[in-house]
Amino acid sequence: MIREADDTLTIFERSKPGRRAFSPPELDVPERPLDELLSPELRRAEAPRLPEVSEPEIVRHYNRLSKRNFDLDTGFYPLGSCTMKHNPKLHERIAALPGHARLHPLQDPHQAQGALELMWRLQEALGEIAGLPHVSLQPSAGSQGELAGVLLTRAYQEDRGERRTKVLTPDTAHGTNPATVTMGGYEVVKVRSDTEGNVDLDDLRAKADEDVACLMLTNPSTLGLFETGIEEIERIVHGVGATLYYDGANLNAIMGICRPGDMGFDIVHFNLHKSFTQPHGGGGPGAGPIAVSERIEPYLPRPQVVRREASTNGAEPFYELDHDRPKSIGRLRGFQGNYGVFVRSYAYICSLGAPGLREASETAVLNANYLLARLRREGVMEYVPVAYERLCMHEFVLSGEPMRRELHIKTLDLAKRLLDHGVHPPTVYFPLIVEEALMVEPTETETKETLDRFAEVVAEILKEAREDPEVARHAPYTTPARRLDEAGAARRPIVRQAM
Amino acid sequence: MADPSYPDDLKYHAEHDWARIEGDSATFGITWYAQDALGEVVFFDPPEVGAEVSKDQAYTEVESVKAVSDVFAPLSGEITAVNDALGDKPETINEDPYGEGWLVKVKLSDPSEVDSLMDASEYQASLD
Amino acid sequence: MTRYTSVTDADRSEMLATIGVSSIEELFADIPAGVRLSRPLSLGQGSSEQEVFEEFRALAARNTSAEDEVSFLGGGMYDHYVPALVDSIILRSEFLTPYTPYQPEISQGGLQAMFEYQTAISELTGLPVSNASVYEGPSAVAAAGYVAKHTNRRKRFVVSRGVHPHARECLRTMAGAWDMEVVEAPLNQGTTELPELTDDVSAVIVQQPNFLGAVEDLETIAKAAHEAGGLAVAACDPLPLALLKTPGESGIDVAVGEGQSLGNRLDFGGPSFGFFAATEALMRRMPGRIAGETKDVDGKRGFVLTLQTREQHIRREKATSNICTAQALNALAGVIYLSWLGRRGVVELVELMLQRTAYARERLTALDGVFGLHDRPVVREFALELDAPVQRVIARCREHGVNPGYPLGRDYPEHENGLLVAITERRTRADIDRLVDALSAAVAAEKPVVGVTR
Repeated sequence: MIREADDTLTIFERSKPGRRAFSPPELDVPERPLDELLSPELRRAEAPRLPEVSEPEIVRHYNRLSKRNFDLDTGFYPLGSCTMKHNPKLHERIAALPGHARLHPLQDPHQAQGALELMWRLQEALGEIAGLPHVSLQPSAGSQGELAGVLLTRAYQEDRGERRTKVLTPDTAHGTNPATVTMGGYEVVKVRSDTEGNVDLDDLRAKADEDVACLMLTNPSTLGLFETGIEEIERIVHGVGATLYYDGANLNAIMGICRPGDMGFDIVHFNLHKSFTQPHGGGGPGAGPIAVSERIEPYLPRPQVVRREASTNGAEPFYELDHDRPKSIGRLRGFQGNYGVFVRSYAYICSLGAPGLREASETAVLNANYLLARLRREGVMEYVPVAYERLCMHEFVLSGEPMRRELHIKTLDLAKRLLDHGVHPPTVYFPLIVEEALMVEPTETETKETLDRFAEVVAEILKEAREDPEVARHAPYTTPARRLDEAGAARRPIVRQAM
Repeated sequence: MADPSYPDDLKYHAEHDWARIEGDSATFGITWYAQDALGEVVFFDPPEVGAEVSKDQAYTEVESVKAVSDVFAPLSGEITAVNDALGDKPETINEDPYGEGWLVKVKLSDPSEVDSLMDASEYQASLD
Repeated sequence: MTRYTSVTDADRSEMLATIGVSSIEELFADIPAGVRLSRPLSLGQGSSEQEVFEEFRALAARNTSAEDEVSFLGGGMYDHYVPALVDSIILRSEFLTPYTPYQPEISQGGLQAMFEYQTAISELTGLPVSNASVYEGPSAVAAAGYVAKHTNRRKRFVVSRGVHPHARECLRTMAGAWDMEVVEAPLNQGTTELPELTDDVSAVIVQQPNFLGAVEDLETIAKAAHEAGGLAVAACDPLPLALLKTPGESGIDVAVGEGQSLGNRLDFGGPSFGFFAATEALMRRMPGRIAGETKDVDGKRGFVLTLQTREQHIRREKATSNICTAQALNALAGVIYLSWLGRRGVVELVELMLQRTAYARERLTALDGVFGLHDRPVVREFALELDAPVQRVIARCREHGVNPGYPLGRDYPEHENGLLVAITERRTRADIDRLVDALSAAVAAEKPVVGVTR
């Protein structure tokens, strides 16, 4: 028997025959027998068992659920490599304007000039930020941008009569990189990091041969460090005829300061849900546009948004979808991409302009270095030392290994105890090359006071662990749920409501 | 099983697998060290009976919540039985890695390969 | 200071002192001089909120949306009514602004919503396992292809010409990278005619209802695919599934589809969500996040991301997919919308569309110069063939504020003057009558001279 007060009742468990939230519009055409329109053998045996609930119940149900979520608008969210920066409220208002929100994707371009111009202007802006001249907005998220990059590399090289088989990824890479490489039909070859946290140039030289199609690189890396050898990396990779791919997960560190194109990258993806403020939505939507160099352009996905200058003086230019791209890798998804995301991200670029974007990156890097310095001053480095003693960029990585050894609490325990302090933990156990890793990205939108508080909380938790490690080991205590049995969930998966 | 244990009657492979030799057949499993490193096992992907396994080659996977580990064949041969009980209770691999947590039984194609495996003390020494 | 940052000049000095450097510039010392940008970005100086609002309003005003005309456009995305409660819930910060639920203790709301969403998709598709969303419809077809490739390692996809042209193109894009072949099965009288299937077929892929609106016989297709030892994949329009025999009942292995029509905006094509549901046997090969039910240490029910060893962050180069960020918020809109419709409402809605669509189809095909492209059963979309140049007919209809539908010529050159017409519940009888009048007049005006028959 489930109690009414149980706040984990699902919407299906709240269902009661006879309740409803929907009243259908009137049937205003002559009714024909159902069997005549859709014979019984084409129809399902019984209606889908969707919940039967009234509108007030639905509202209460999801409001209750919402209160069991932590979110960026409520508190500090220093989740490394995720760039949890403020999501401006203006963006939801403009994205909801009917001219954007109710525009059909198959509308004739003549009737969608505002949307196509917006997309074209966003392409231009992203191209300028990347330092690469051609942009496709199509990819749905970062990993689809990566896939585009691998497919573009293949198309470009095959057009030159080359069939290469391997793609290099550093040992610090996001999991999407190797997963994408396999999906794109290549073999992954891992490149080591050196003692400074850079790509090991000797290892790169040894592995970069004529079979290598591409090097996928995140710069700053997932360690939050800028590849100081980037110019040499470029020479090595291009020296064997491979392409250089820039994973834009960490672009937030360098906007207006340096550009992937100027570093020699051929292909870049952007995460509009990271650097460009698309709200993350609890796991999407995002968008993963790509910018490419001249030599890669012919292969970009179809269709491309293009601007045609007016033939007569004084007339407006015309924006259209160019499907006639014979060397294109084809489509990665339907229609023109996540337009609603483009609206928000382009609004962000318009709001900040060139000085604002640069200031955002500068402040992101300032905040990260300040937080690292504050943690030092709190005296926590004995237990959670920074993985590489360098100036960091927009994020840094700590190792919880001494803490595990000395205080007998793991990085996971520290993360869970942070929850009791109203802070979202950093990314944990990534990158893989740092033991008990904690990856901290404060972003530019946090105040100094918030950063101070975080440093103090970490110190407090370590102090508490010195006295009694059991407290952290069983944390959290104050959250909507306590530690969950993930092993049980995976052993005997329950992935839908039993009816 | 909470404490490390490496029974003397087993042979060990460097990839943390054990073999119990019975004439020209053997039972395979993973060692205490392997299951401890992996954490709570949630899934064992059973290979097919009749499949060939080759010494030093991966023949299946075991999974914990956040890791996947290849399982290597300590010896070559043909699989004659698979521990189906692990389908419902994969945690048996943690609880009893040398007993109920066995993975497969194999008819050995080259019993002389046994000579290349370690005994319990050699294996334990390799872990230090 | 930008309006979205909070570090004052005084803060900055203090922070730099704490770090032990004298300027922001010093923080960037690791960036080699040779790759620095020596000028400001060429992007303008920034604008006030009010100015940005006005600019984006002006851009929106240059689009003709479904607000501005009576639109019968469909072809994969549909102008359904989105109830107010969807917006009110998905705009809550607690749903709008968190990341993927990596910390389940503070993400129970999002995780439970995923679990509810998966349940709703399982109910619609009749398949036991749904993931928590993929990007959108067409790429979901390619994602299903990747599952098939890993399941049987065969070399060929057979895809119906009734599958959305964008989905077929996505599949072809990926098949090239997998050294696999894509063979197209033709349409006969509007529905798929499967060729002889050989034992190298990895998957047979159809759409329900297909791009031309026709209801396919999934059962026969699934049977043929299985006899050849391949998987059967159906790309489904989710609302018609409230009436149609489900993919599960028909023996389909993987059902995917575009979720936009479930409570999501048109948004010029995205973001929406894709759904992905499959049989138990394929559970561990599925892409994307999956929420599962479990208990916390106090024995209280809770939800977590489960079966994560499939995913890129754990299995890396051996992952079942590279997908990471998907469409959680859009899928949430989907399950709210389905709860709003409810068990009876979803049937009532689809039956209403069925009736109005039948009415529209009957009236339009009765017009001089307008023919049904096929006469198969349809639910909310059907294809016509016009005895007049379709683009000119559309242009004439537009003069009367009617957008009669999507011209098929680009995607189906064999139907040069084909027109795809969608009837959602927002199109009333009066709207349909207006379409009939507009199309009738336009076709009459554009029809070739009398004496020339088609």
